[in-house]
Amino acid sequence: MPGVAENQPAEKPRHKPSRAPRTPMPEREAAERATDFDEVAIGYSQDDAIAEAMRCLQCRNPTCIDGCPVNIDIKSFIGHIIEGNWADGVAVLKERNALPAVCGRVCPQEEQCEAACVLAKKGEPVAIGRLERYLGDFDLACDIESRCVPELAPSSGFRVAVVGSGPAGLAAAGELARLGHAVTIFESLHAPGGVLSYGIPEFRLPKSIVNAEIEMLETAGVEIVLDSVIGQIETVEELMAPSEKGGSGYDAVFLGLGAGLPVFMGIPGENLNGVYSANEFLTRVNLMRAFDFPHADTPVWRGRKVAVVGGGNVAMDAARTAKRLGAEEVFLVYRRTEDEMPARREEVHHAREEGIEFKMLCSPSEITGREGWVTGLVATRMELGEADDSGRRSPVCVLGSEFPIECDTVIMAVGTRANPMLDRAAPDIETTRRGYILTDEEGATSVPGVFAGGDIVTGAATVILAMGAGKRSARAIDAWLREGKPGA
Amino acid sequence: MGVEAPRIARKVKAGQFLVLRVAEGGERIPLTFSDWSAEEGWIRFIFMRVGKTTHELSHLEVGDSIADVAGPLGQPTHVGDLGRVAVVGGGVGAAVAYSVARAMAEAGDEVTVILGARTADLLVLEEELRALPIKELVVMTDDGSVGRGGLVTAPLKELCESGAIDNAFAVGPAIMMKFCAATTAEFDVPTIVSLNPIMVDGTGMCGACRVTVGGETKFGCVDGPDFDGHAVNFEELLTRQRIYTDDERVADAEYSRGCQCQV
Ligand SMILES: Cc1cc2nc3c(=O)[nH]c(=O)nc-3n(C[C@H](O)[C@H](O)[C@H](O)COP(=O)(O)OP(=O)(O)OC[C@H]3O[C@@H](n4cnc5c(N)ncnc54)[C@H](O)[C@@H]3O)c2cc1C
Ligand SMILES: Cc1cc2nc3c(=O)[nH]c(=O)nc-3n(C[C@H](O)[C@H](O)[C@H](O)COP(=O)(O)OP(=O)(O)OC[C@H]3O[C@@H](n4cnc5c(N)ncnc54)[C@H](O)[C@@H]3O)c2cc1C
Ligand code: SF4
Ligand code: SF4
Ligand code: FES
Repeated sequence: MPGVAENQPAEKPRHKPSRAPRTPMPEREAAERATDFDEVAIGYSQDDAIAEAMRCLQCRNPTCIDGCPVNIDIKSFIGHIIEGNWADGVAVLKERNALPAVCGRVCPQEEQCEAACVLAKKGEPVAIGRLERYLGDFDLACDIESRCVPELAPSSGFRVAVVGSGPAGLAAAGELARLGHAVTIFESLHAPGGVLSYGIPEFRLPKSIVNAEIEMLETAGVEIVLDSVIGQIETVEELMAPSEKGGSGYDAVFLGLGAGLPVFMGIPGENLNGVYSANEFLTRVNLMRAFDFPHADTPVWRGRKVAVVGGGNVAMDAARTAKRLGAEEVFLVYRRTEDEMPARREEVHHAREEGIEFKMLCSPSEITGREGWVTGLVATRMELGEADDSGRRSPVCVLGSEFPIECDTVIMAVGTRANPMLDRAAPDIETTRRGYILTDEEGATSVPGVFAGGDIVTGAATVILAMGAGKRSARAIDAWLREGKPGA
Repeated sequence: MGVEAPRIARKVKAGQFLVLRVAEGGERIPLTFSDWSAEEGWIRFIFMRVGKTTHELSHLEVGDSIADVAGPLGQPTHVGDLGRVAVVGGGVGAAVAYSVARAMAEAGDEVTVILGARTADLLVLEEELRALPIKELVVMTDDGSVGRGGLVTAPLKELCESGAIDNAFAVGPAIMMKFCAATTAEFDVPTIVSLNPIMVDGTGMCGACRVTVGGETKFGCVDGPDFDGHAVNFEELLTRQRIYTDDERVADAEYSRGCQCQV
């Protein structure tokens, strides 16, 4: 633990850290934003960014860096902001993180880099995520020619298939291309991006940003083949089989399939009309643009009273989306208390501001209906008992405490699992009991030449962890290919 | 409608389906393959115009392209050890019935096809079915305008009664599959139905397609589309298919207003 003395400005104090409070993020008014899908947080102005960067102590021993799962050199990129060298700052970010405009928006910074900043002890860490977003947006605003593109190594002659175009797949593809390999991404949906496209709503992560990042990858030579469900149109074995044997002849494969299978609770009434998985609800609205129905063709059932079951980011996104579709009342039904909610604080705060109600310490035991349509929930009150493995106190039912809640829509945001489609894509691959792929630290699976990373290995996690895993696997694939494929 | 799609054509097996989007902004809709050629690289499907997407599809001309086609999806129909089997196809279900009957016949099953339609004009694939090496083709129309008059369940029941079939396969409107399954249940003839719940992705990611089979929730797109007809909760399927009926009417009305066609 570095003492306070060591955290004084570095030897040549280039700047005098400002003592101002954390620069607030400019945001649109709750009343205005809760009726449309435009982004909530507007982003720092140049003055905001410099003011916030000036708060950084430029520590000799920057603890923030260890807090970032991909170890971005935070001190250095903030230093570049202080000096107004935007492009240099972007370059520092891109050494470690291919999608800074995305991570600056959606990383749980308060638990990662910002939690590890020395100023966090006083409760006001440097707003690292917001600064990262500032530089990421700066880069995306440049013409494609003047944007920061990593230099590509000379062509290696190897071809690698990446399955899935979520953050794990995109990061793996970007790094593999940089290392000189020819990369093809296979994506099952009609649009790339994984959860970034179909899950996280426009008001938190505009699709234009995701698309711009993907365009960059294509500029770097990555080919993206959409509408290709691996396991149905081709198996991993066929991807790797030589073309003489009717295969596609890839030298290695990276699997970034995500954990996309929605979980239901198994309670009566879950298949009534008006009950959605969060995945279906969000996919209809984000990917299929149902908010624009009938101009876009895909409909979504617009409830008046919507109950969202769950307490994570997915639940917040579903609740705020329902509000924007015109629901009069939206409430979260969560079995613990607000303190245990896994959602980001900022999003909980935004949800409250937008009028989402929180019904804590209760859990649905039944969904009631009439003529096939939802009319409400029966919920059971909960109490917090002993702490479980995760350190959170686990909820216990209070016997006989059932009470009805009236609603016409129920959205289940109680988690996702590995899609059993994996079994058809790669029947030989070793998996855990819960269906996730087993890998070593580098992402190598039990099948030589097949690597995996992201939610399909860890279970539902975060964008930055998936990207970190994708990049790590890309390097391992590179080493494996160049070392003459040992084990092949 | 035939589409050039060589990568898909190489892989299709009878009973599987595709998901397509006609154009940017379009809905993803599932349709079953009726025919395909791995060598020539094409696939074919038959659709009924029921709403906006199928309406748009009906206006495409030779040489036009479709924004997205993903497939083959779902599990292929199980064939080859069914013995004497009745394949019942109602309405556009005829498309599936055709490819499934062909696969069964090729695999050595003895196939009787019962083809049903409301009226003569809506009867499809009769010629093609006659050309298959099947035992018999029974044509039924509700109004008797061609073939026998009545519902497909009538000849199905006769086959069951005379002990002429070991297995049955039914595909068509949910209500038809429900009655076929009820008919064969009486005689304990195992019956597979090819379900058509509303879908979005078709890959197991959304759960829109959930159906209850034997008291358990299954995802139609990855666990199916084929299920044990005697275990399916058809009431639930019928209700779930109506979720968007009102919305869809709005979308098609809006589209039809701007559309020159008279139908
Ligand atoms: C609503 C929501 C909100 C979230 N909010 C946050 C947040 O604020 N911050 C945060 O850090 N994390 C958040 N997460 C979690 C984060 O999005 C995921 O951890 C991350 O996207 C995982 O990346 P991935 O690449 O492993 O998988 P995914 O993003 O799931 O991508 C997998 C891709 O693979 C494709 N695919 C799957 N199977 C096949 C196949 N057989 N063939 C071809 N393609 C296939 C899928 O279509 C998909 O495009 C959120 C998740 C959701 C659902
Ligand atoms: C596995 C499967 C195979 C199918 N095979 C065929 C086929 O070979 N030929 C054929 O004509 N039809 C088939 N269907 C039905 C076809 O998908 C619908 O008719 C089509 O989606 C209607 O789209 P629309 O926009 O024209 O009509 P809409 O106005 O959107 O809908 C009319 C009705 O069609 C059903 N429907 C709508 N959207 C979907 C959807 N995404 N998925 C499923 N059903 C929907 C609903 O009951 C709806 O009320 C199949 C469906 C499934 C699930
Ligand atoms: S990637 Fe995420 S954790 Fe790392 S510095 Fe950026 S915001 Fe922080
Ligand atoms: S961000 Fe915080 S920990 Fe990192 S260098 Fe600045 S003040 Fe130090
Ligand atoms: S259609 Fe989405 S899971 Fe089946």
